[in-house]
Amino acid sequence: MSVANSAAERVTGRGRRIRWSVVEQALAGYLFILPAIVELAVFLLGPILYAFVISFKHFSYLDPLDSHFVGFLNYVHLFQDPVFLRALWNTTVYALVVVPVQTAIAMMLAVIVNRIRGKTVFRVIYYLPSITSTVGVAVIFSFLFQPNGLLNRLLWIVFHIQGPDYFNSPIFAFPAIMAVAVWTTAGQFMVIYLAALQEIPEELYEAAAIDGAQGFAMLRYITVPSLRRTTFLVVVLGMIGAFQVFDLVYVISSASSLPQQYTMTVVLDLFEKGFRTMQMGYASAMGFVLFAIILILTLIQQLWLGREDG
Amino acid sequence: MRMATSAQSPSWRRAGLWMYVMAVIYAAISLVPFLWSIYTSVKPTSEVFQLFAPWRTLTLSSYTSILQNFPFGRWFLNSAIVAFIVTVGNLVVNTFAGYAFARLRFPGRGVLFYVFLGVMMIPGQVVLVPIYMLLAHLGWIDTYVGLTVPFLLSSTMVFLSRQFFLGIPKELEEAARIDGIGHFGMFFRIMLPLARPLLAAQTILTFQGNWNSFLWPLLIGQTTDMYTLPVGLNSFYGQYNAYWNSVMAGMVMLTLPMMVVFIIFQRQFIQGVSQAGLKG
Repeated sequence: MSVANSAAERVTGRGRRIRWSVVEQALAGYLFILPAIVELAVFLLGPILYAFVISFKHFSYLDPLDSHFVGFLNYVHLFQDPVFLRALWNTTVYALVVVPVQTAIAMMLAVIVNRIRGKTVFRVIYYLPSITSTVGVAVIFSFLFQPNGLLNRLLWIVFHIQGPDYFNSPIFAFPAIMAVAVWTTAGQFMVIYLAALQEIPEELYEAAAIDGAQGFAMLRYITVPSLRRTTFLVVVLGMIGAFQVFDLVYVISSASSLPQQYTMTVVLDLFEKGFRTMQMGYASAMGFVLFAIILILTLIQQLWLGREDG
Repeated sequence: MRMATSAQSPSWRRAGLWMYVMAVIYAAISLVPFLWSIYTSVKPTSEVFQLFAPWRTLTLSSYTSILQNFPFGRWFLNSAIVAFIVTVGNLVVNTFAGYAFARLRFPGRGVLFYVFLGVMMIPGQVVLVPIYMLLAHLGWIDTYVGLTVPFLLSSTMVFLSRQFFLGIPKELEEAARIDGIGHFGMFFRIMLPLARPLLAAQTILTFQGNWNSFLWPLLIGQTTDMYTLPVGLNSFYGQYNAYWNSVMAGMVMLTLPMMVVFIIFQRQFIQGVSQAGLKG
């Protein structure tokens, strides 16, 4: 598609030069793009280079004069640091649980919403958690998940089960956080699925109906396979988001009496190392490990989609 | 054989009862946490853990209390100011860049575009440390400048803007050019009026992202006066988490404005998200 576009541009570009000079157009181009370039250079590319350099340094903001190069030591230490390894483990578990669950719920909701009356109302309701501040969400569920909060009261009334003190329990704290994360993002991915559902050609369903397929067979043999690309996108986007989880665990774990290891995640660890113990070189190395993980996930996406297209 | 019976609506199109049941159950799962929290915010402190407080005891005193005794008003204002500046800034920066990438030819355009695409995958947390140091060096910590200026670019929105402008027919541009329009007239008088859907989606998504943003304001706003609402609510919750009605009043202040905006502009919201999702 992009090849066709640029070819079309080249053709009409010849006509354009008659009235607008090349130089003038280039100048206008640079002017329009200047603000973005400045932002990019000052607040992204520059800082990335700087972070890369100090990730090879012993560097603390408290004592900048004491900084010196330590080679790969920060990276080596990371993979021997039980706190970071725990954070990496927790985050991986988080991603591997949250992403499939939220993807399944998102797809199911989209299929349902697409067919029922009152589509707009349900779509709005399901999307509400996604537009809510994560701090707000953390506070809402900290209250619902109190030992004598609404969830446990309902559990008692309906099943006569005494629920735990979720966010202060070593067993339940992290799963509870994951459940809240699913609640927050499922609606957002539902919207993406809903858009993709509109692209499935009606003829596919008609053909399947002639072959005698109905209900779940339609879902299994037409809908789910047709949504393959979207599912892949939703999974990768979900993974990238999951590996960056911070707000939710920060708010919940600061209010919890639980030792931090139970809810430690990569970005939380990065934040603690960078700004509480001021090991900024070390924290930067952590940032690049996170970057590497996300880069690998993105490359998998690109390669897979590329293969699909080819 | 079954489909023959339903001329206007084929069987695979009709929703079964189970679909409505599931839809309503999940709607309850989505809504009850909000409703329960709002309900809690109007209960008196003594009734917070009662399932149902008597109607007469319901009160708005948690709201007046957090507004009078804590800087929630100031935090609300800070959030509004910061989100406004960041949104306007992003509109300018991203739309300009998207337009240049789509409609103007200049040396280095291809390379630059790949740079923008490339940085889309860099997680912001990688630059947490260096940006903090840069802002400290500039004296921007704990200022509105620090809370806004570093966040005026979104490569995703540059990309979306470019896609949008690529879709505008050449004929329109050529017609305007015959009338002798300049580069800036072309952008402001011809392109921008057409770009309303793009601007709406961008405004909404940027405003929402910034209004809810937590990690950066937590780092940059350091004195109580420079907290944004999420940072303020987090700190209030840390100190007064026994007063659930007040905590929930703060939560409502934080989330309700966004919900109202969302319900009014839900079409643009959802279009924006599905575009960003499908193309991103």
